[in-house]
Amino acid sequence: MKVNMVGAINNALELAMREDDRIVILGEDVGRDGGVFRVTDGLIDKFGAKRVVDTPLEESGIIGASIGMALAGLRPVPEIQFAGFMLLAFSQLVNHAARYRTRTRGTMSVPMVVRTPVSGGVRTLEHHSDSPEALYSHIGGLIVIEPSNPYDAKGLLIKALRMQDPVIFLEPTKLYRLFKQEIPDENYEVPIGKANYMRKGNDLTIITYGTMAPLVQEVADKKNVSADVIDLRTINPVDEQTILESVKRTGRAMIVHEAELSFGVGAEISARIAEKAIFELSAPIIRVASPSIPYPFPGYEGFYLPNAKKIGDAIDRILSV
Amino acid sequence: MKKQVYSCGIDYLQVMDEDGGIDLQLMPSIPDSKIVEMYKWMLFTRNLDAKTLSLQRQGRAVTYAPLVGEEASQIGVALAMRKDDVLAPSFRQHGIHIARGQPLDDYFIYWKGYEDGSKSARSINALAVCVPVGTQVPHGAGVAFAQRYMGKDAATVAYVGDGGTSEGDFHEALNFAGVYKLPLIVVIENNQWAISVPRKGQTAAETLAQKAVAAGIRGVQVDGNDVLAVYKAAADALASAKDGPTLIECVTYRMGMHTTADDPTKYRAEEEVNAWKARDPLRRVNLYLTSKGLWSSQLEQETTEQHQRQIDEAVERAEQFKPDPRGMFETLYSFMPDALKEEEDNAVSNNFWM
Repeated sequence: MKVNMVGAINNALELAMREDDRIVILGEDVGRDGGVFRVTDGLIDKFGAKRVVDTPLEESGIIGASIGMALAGLRPVPEIQFAGFMLLAFSQLVNHAARYRTRTRGTMSVPMVVRTPVSGGVRTLEHHSDSPEALYSHIGGLIVIEPSNPYDAKGLLIKALRMQDPVIFLEPTKLYRLFKQEIPDENYEVPIGKANYMRKGNDLTIITYGTMAPLVQEVADKKNVSADVIDLRTINPVDEQTILESVKRTGRAMIVHEAELSFGVGAEISARIAEKAIFELSAPIIRVASPSIPYPFPGYEGFYLPNAKKIGDAIDRILSV
Repeated sequence: MKKQVYSCGIDYLQVMDEDGGIDLQLMPSIPDSKIVEMYKWMLFTRNLDAKTLSLQRQGRAVTYAPLVGEEASQIGVALAMRKDDVLAPSFRQHGIHIARGQPLDDYFIYWKGYEDGSKSARSINALAVCVPVGTQVPHGAGVAFAQRYMGKDAATVAYVGDGGTSEGDFHEALNFAGVYKLPLIVVIENNQWAISVPRKGQTAAETLAQKAVAAGIRGVQVDGNDVLAVYKAAADALASAKDGPTLIECVTYRMGMHTTADDPTKYRAEEEVNAWKARDPLRRVNLYLTSKGLWSSQLEQETTEQHQRQIDEAVERAEQFKPDPRGMFETLYSFMPDALKEEEDNAVSNNFWM
């Protein structure tokens, strides 16, 4: 089938729900409306209101109840309408979803996939464009996934829905309908914790994910540089092995993400490269990210976000060393 | 036009008064042997609480939340619950855990500071001890959702304190359970104090039970020091759980400190505490059972000695517990990420114990 990311996620949910009747989707407007981005469109007709549940507007209650559902043997798939609103459930995710398994030394677990749209570039209101992956990745016990294309979105989601762990599944709004891709009709898994080489080269490693992945690939192609482009796909646990393998080979590392610069995913990856491969680097690590200020109103998006020019300039800079 | 579109009232329930007198019309139909059982569990809980407090004072237990005075608010519910019903506790419900069959060794392993003691929670259909106030109530709603979804003939009981009723999660959970008419019973163990803030400092509402009204669910206030009233309210709520949730406010009193890190003399008067002594939950049942020839000071002494032996033996076994820090790493995920394995090996091989 040729689908965009919305279609791929919808298809993954449908296949997984057919396979496992413990899966229950719940969230604000996920039923008849199909979600504000239509990701769950039509599922209520296929599975009924018992399994596709419109909830009251209470993010902490949705996640808290999902944790209880998971502890009692269901596989809830809560949708939080926008990442900015998920902070209302941050306590439940950090204090409980992440900790239940160790708290009970493996006797209870929270198999749950929390889906939420992230990142900007689509001219929305405030709090609708945040990139919170570092917040969740800092929390041991949570798995954080962010696909950058329809194929990965379907395979990662199917895999996540078969796991015993709480998964934060971040869906870049900008990529929802940006392009279509031919993907298998049937069930397939993309492994969790495994990055993907989008292209291969010898002179530079660019580590990226989410909204920036297609952009980085495009810039690298246009500039015709010999660069590895690695799409993390899973942010936490991060695929350190693939990153180090590549960086040791190319001797140059650059990290590109849309989220704010400071204390971000780029910082964590830089630290790991510095700890384990610093003597194999021929240039300082470069991070390309949004400034360390909250996401602005859309009028300033064009200035705020990393773009082809910022990425291209950084590539020139690191290759000139 | 002006008309009243809604009106409501909150019932208060007491079956046994402070001197052991019974309201026969409200008396649940249970044999006296069940009341003896309730009394023994309350006594056991009190003895266990005293022991744990003493261990903490000797540096042999972590910061502990005593429950003395609140036994009836827990045991009444514990004995009304069926085996398949699920408990979503807060952090002061030791009595209900024990009465539902928690192994004593695990109780002490937990209070010695090892999560390993929570491993048996599942075996008594309980969630783990929950510390962030009120956050367990949505879990209870979720469990109740699952019970309904799976067609189980069971309900969930979530506990919360008076302070917890101010938390958003409490309201979100009641609201959620109300919308889907879930088999959830929320028990407010209203012990009058949220650390140093008195009940009136939490809410301008006259009762906490009336918090049910806004969620469109049933609410009742009971004498939380009357184990029969607590039992009756819980049994009624469980019997009707298939029709939807109930909020039960147990009016009780925290006779001790919030936790062992707290000094209540700083913020509350001794006279207030003394006034509640007359309403003690054990005293009245003792008077009732003694008047019926079912209890005596000799039985009381023998039972207490037996409890203490049982408790001391469990403490001894728990003190032999050998913690293994690998458990923390290995149960974080359902699989072991390479980088975490490296952290684990590093930490364990360097033996980072203080």
